Amino acid sequence: MSTSQEEQEGIAVYEEIRARPEFSELRRRFRAFVFPVTAAFLVWYLLYVVLSGWARDFMGQQVIGSINVALIFGLLQFVSTFAIAYWYSRYAGAKLDPLAQNLREEARR
Amino acid sequence: MSHESLAIALFLLFVGLTLFLTVRASRQTKDATDFYAGGRSFSAVQNGLAIGGDYMSAASFLGIAGIIALSGYDGFLYSIGFLVAWLVALLLVAELMRNSGKFTMADVLAFRMSPRPVRTAAGISTITVSIFYLLAQMVGAGALVALLFGLTSEAAKAFTIVGVGILMIVYVVVGGMKGTTWVQIVKAVLLMGGATLITLLVLGKYGFNLSSLLSEAANQSGKGDAFLEPGLKYGTEAQGLAGKLDLISLGLALVLGTAGLPHILIRFYTVPTARDARKSVLWGIGIIGVFYLITLVLGFGAAALVGSGTIRESNAAGNTAAPLLAEKVGSLIFGDVGGTVLLAFIAAVAFATILAVVAGLTLASSSSVAHDLYAHVIRKGDVTEQEEVRVAKISAFVIGAVAIVLGIFAQKLNVAFLVALAFAVAASGNLPAILYSLFWKRFNTAGAVASIYGGLGSAVLLVIFSPVVSGKGVGPDGKSLSLFPASVDFQWFPLENPGLVSIPLGFLFGYLGTVLSKEYRADKYTEMEVRSLTGVGAEEATSH
Repeated sequence: MSTSQEEQEGIAVYEEIRARPEFSELRRRFRAFVFPVTAAFLVWYLLYVVLSGWARDFMGQQVIGSINVALIFGLLQFVSTFAIAYWYSRYAGAKLDPLAQNLREEARR
Repeated sequence: MSHESLAIALFLLFVGLTLFLTVRASRQTKDATDFYAGGRSFSAVQNGLAIGGDYMSAASFLGIAGIIALSGYDGFLYSIGFLVAWLVALLLVAELMRNSGKFTMADVLAFRMSPRPVRTAAGISTITVSIFYLLAQMVGAGALVALLFGLTSEAAKAFTIVGVGILMIVYVVVGGMKGTTWVQIVKAVLLMGGATLITLLVLGKYGFNLSSLLSEAANQSGKGDAFLEPGLKYGTEAQGLAGKLDLISLGLALVLGTAGLPHILIRFYTVPTARDARKSVLWGIGIIGVFYLITLVLGFGAAALVGSGTIRESNAAGNTAAPLLAEKVGSLIFGDVGGTVLLAFIAAVAFATILAVVAGLTLASSSSVAHDLYAHVIRKGDVTEQEEVRVAKISAFVIGAVAIVLGIFAQKLNVAFLVALAFAVAASGNLPAILYSLFWKRFNTAGAVASIYGGLGSAVLLVIFSPVVSGKGVGPDGKSLSLFPASVDFQWFPLENPGLVSIPLGFLFGYLGTVLSKEYRADKYTEMEVRSLTGVGAEEATSH
């Protein structure tokens, strides 16, 4: 069957790319960023939700005028979200995209 | 000119513009890739705006501003969950999905599994999540016309729902993904523009001093500093431990649900490369983040300038806070005419918001019916593109009709919980299956099917036995606080949000299903891993 033969050839291409050290490096760099950062922002977010439920005296403390800890904590969630998004885009542009592009070009040959 | 007729005129202008863009899009829609994925030819900025237009529903615009106006700080908890959730989509899902999928969420899930059971499960989950979300928006449209135009008759609400339903069907059937995307882009620009204008006017009233706006809001609310702290609405001290666990449960569903919403996931397919998918999520995060910051000012501004009493009189849930604020701040600064114009503008924007979201939902569910259930499950892949797209268009008609009928029937029911439920189902059923598919080599058909049905089933079952469906008692107005009349009570699950239990269950079912089945296809995982990370073999943009 020609389709299964094509499939076999297709799989061989992927096996070949996967065996390259650049691919292992790409996967390592990707996972080394996204897993710890995901864990960190989820913990940071859950800390905020838990404090909103159980540490209301702390969250209610006023810092500047009517601006209290709860508001600052909430705004910091915005800041951290923007910062992580920006940080990841810089990281991906510098460390991931060039490797992925090389592998794509080699696969085309 | 009254605000009603001006709002209708502005809204008709929006409808005219979007219909024009839809017809133009239809001329450029030639094949299945155009219909399902807009030819994958949108730029990152366009898709970023469309992501905002797809995501910022009337529930977040009117609903969150209303919660903040009436209950203060707690509305902010919603905004933060809705925003942080985008990091899950950015880091773990968007690019890998763009590289390994084609048209629907199921393309990624079925990549290395037996296609029929997995596509069936993913299709059912897509339709369930989309219908829940759609129903909430449809009922919201009916309520909105009553709120903004004082048209409280059943006929007026039904007429509105039919109108919204027909428009969304037209956008999807005529324009496909291209038409829908343009509707969402126009809506995002209008919503951001309108909300930013009102925010600047409100801040200007307080000399751009956030602290004095907040203290005025706290004073006017009659609740003092507690208004600026968490705990007036979610996890109140009166609700005890269950209330606080409910807060965590809601938070989890919000933060993990977004990356499992089918109508959001298909947006990643509309750009040429994974890099563009990443950039569009970045734009989306910027737009959505600024929008939720604006909502904070709108909510507290409404509490300070309009007052909780007036808002509650107009609508007990606070859904009119943003429009009332527009009218108030407009008339304070520009006189009565200014108030009328701003109110009309915000009312028209609110309808535009609903239309853009329901079009996205209709497209996602009809794509799944045609591409997953019809083409791959019923016809086992033996189907032409033209036939598939024709089935998608017929499905859009059927889903639209079902949404209209359900929306009319649900008018009198308390369906506000449906949006949170859609997020809980997406987080419990879809997200585990997506993450396992992308990252776990051993994952297989049984695991995918178990996590989708297990997560979906446990989220829905727990909600059926929760206080939102029965047993919550009656409110001050004598109406039942639950979906069922107060005389019916079969509630035993204490939380209103199932996520705290159903999300771990979804992951557990996926794990157990996998290890209890012997199926294991290492070769397909190699293909998926290489393809998702490098883009080798990824679907390319059409060039016509």
